[in-house]
Amino acid sequence: MRRSTLLLAIALAAFGASARADEFTRADVDRYLKEFETVAAEGRKLWTNGSVGTNGVACAQCHPNAANTHPETYPKFQKQLGKVAQLFEMVNWCIRNPLQGQNLAADDPRMTALVSYITFERRGMKLTPGVH
Amino acid sequence: MSELITRRSVLAGASAGAAITTLPISMVTLAFGGTREDFTFTYISDAHIQQIRGAAFVRNWDQGLKRAVAEANLVKPESDFVMFGGDLAQLGKREELDHGAEMLSKLKGKLYCVMGEHDYYLDLGDYWSKLYGPHYYSFDHKGVHFVVLNSILTSEHWTFHRWPTAEQRMLEMAGLDNPNGSPFMVGDKQRKWLANDLAKVDKATPLVVFSHSPLQKIYKGWNFWTDDAEDVQALLAPYDNVTVLYGHVHQIQYNQIGSISFNSVMSTAWPWPYPQTYSQAESHLPVLTIPMNRADPFFERDATGWQLIDIGSGRVAARYQLWDNEPRTVAYDRKAGRPVDVAYQEPTQRRLPQTHY
Repeated sequence: MRRSTLLLAIALAAFGASARADEFTRADVDRYLKEFETVAAEGRKLWTNGSVGTNGVACAQCHPNAANTHPETYPKFQKQLGKVAQLFEMVNWCIRNPLQGQNLAADDPRMTALVSYITFERRGMKLTPGVH
Repeated sequence: MSELITRRSVLAGASAGAAITTLPISMVTLAFGGTREDFTFTYISDAHIQQIRGAAFVRNWDQGLKRAVAEANLVKPESDFVMFGGDLAQLGKREELDHGAEMLSKLKGKLYCVMGEHDYYLDLGDYWSKLYGPHYYSFDHKGVHFVVLNSILTSEHWTFHRWPTAEQRMLEMAGLDNPNGSPFMVGDKQRKWLANDLAKVDKATPLVVFSHSPLQKIYKGWNFWTDDAEDVQALLAPYDNVTVLYGHVHQIQYNQIGSISFNSVMSTAWPWPYPQTYSQAESHLPVLTIPMNRADPFFERDATGWQLIDIGSGRVAARYQLWDNEPRTVAYDRKAGRPVDVAYQEPTQRRLPQTHY
């Protein structure tokens, strides 16, 4: 990732004054999407193989296709936690309990992958934060 | 219905005595209004006993089955027998089947078992058979003809030629949403057997058919589906009173197709979302079914529930006890000719479950 950023910087420098910061090409968009899909695909692997827990239970056992995770409703008040929570906190609850594992940091690449997969499976749904 | 309430209060008394609020089992009563002897059986399903390593098993799934067995032994009136609806194991291993069988061995009374895909695809049901006998069979009990089918078979190519190892075959089938899986079927051989088996049964005899997967087509993507369902239904259709009880789906479903009533039972392990909550694909939950409320993940037994099922003259009334929600009763309505949710079926009386996102 660091290397591709560096390459981008060099490319921008080469274009000099002709490069405009507020424009990006179809190729850029394709690249962004491909990056997302790669991470989401990694998320599906983690979702189905049980490696984020310790007892072999996989997220997909209760949530096939990440169903019933409703990422479009977060952040929301989670009455059992007694506070407005983010999706990663609920993912961690599942990792600790049914999966008998340890919390992942919010910016752990595995958490990013899991949340990317969950969100990918709900693409097209209306954003409804706060709703249960 | 009054009989059902009486039975329920007896059962509630038994439960209260044991200080237990919900039972992750089904209790089935066959009531014949004096013309025949009433009897009951209990129904436990989808335990998914999962080995971690050695003698360590997933605690949550173990507890579900242990609790079901303990509760089944407390049910009054005492059951004539117990049905187990399939998926005793998670990955079909001997260790899992043995561990599950040990828990089931604590049950009082005779045990009958249905084959689930999680019991089957490692060794094609070989070890399961050593424990529980044939993969499909029938028996008569006090005037009712019971049929147990193995509905989780699939094509010969997928089963025998597609995967390099038995372990991989099992793993591929174990994932509900795995596109490498294959649709379930009963198959030609077993349907011929069923036709022969039914040939000697009077059309007025109540039929109760047990399968693991639903003998109807709900959502192929998660194998809530049996590919030759219509062919099996055609064999059952000539009988006056047919009930199909199935596991696999880990949720409340019910339906009526011709003379055949369908009722699902819940899992002792975990609940599944309804197929329509997966918005990327079309599914067909029976229009009759009012979904139950979403499970609360913070209660590990929530939506694993239990059911008290009465079959009056061969028809079913299923009472679902849910942890944190109103109880639900799905009973056969003679006027309507189908199972209905007794409280919520009429649009004007409907108290909808939570919105399912």
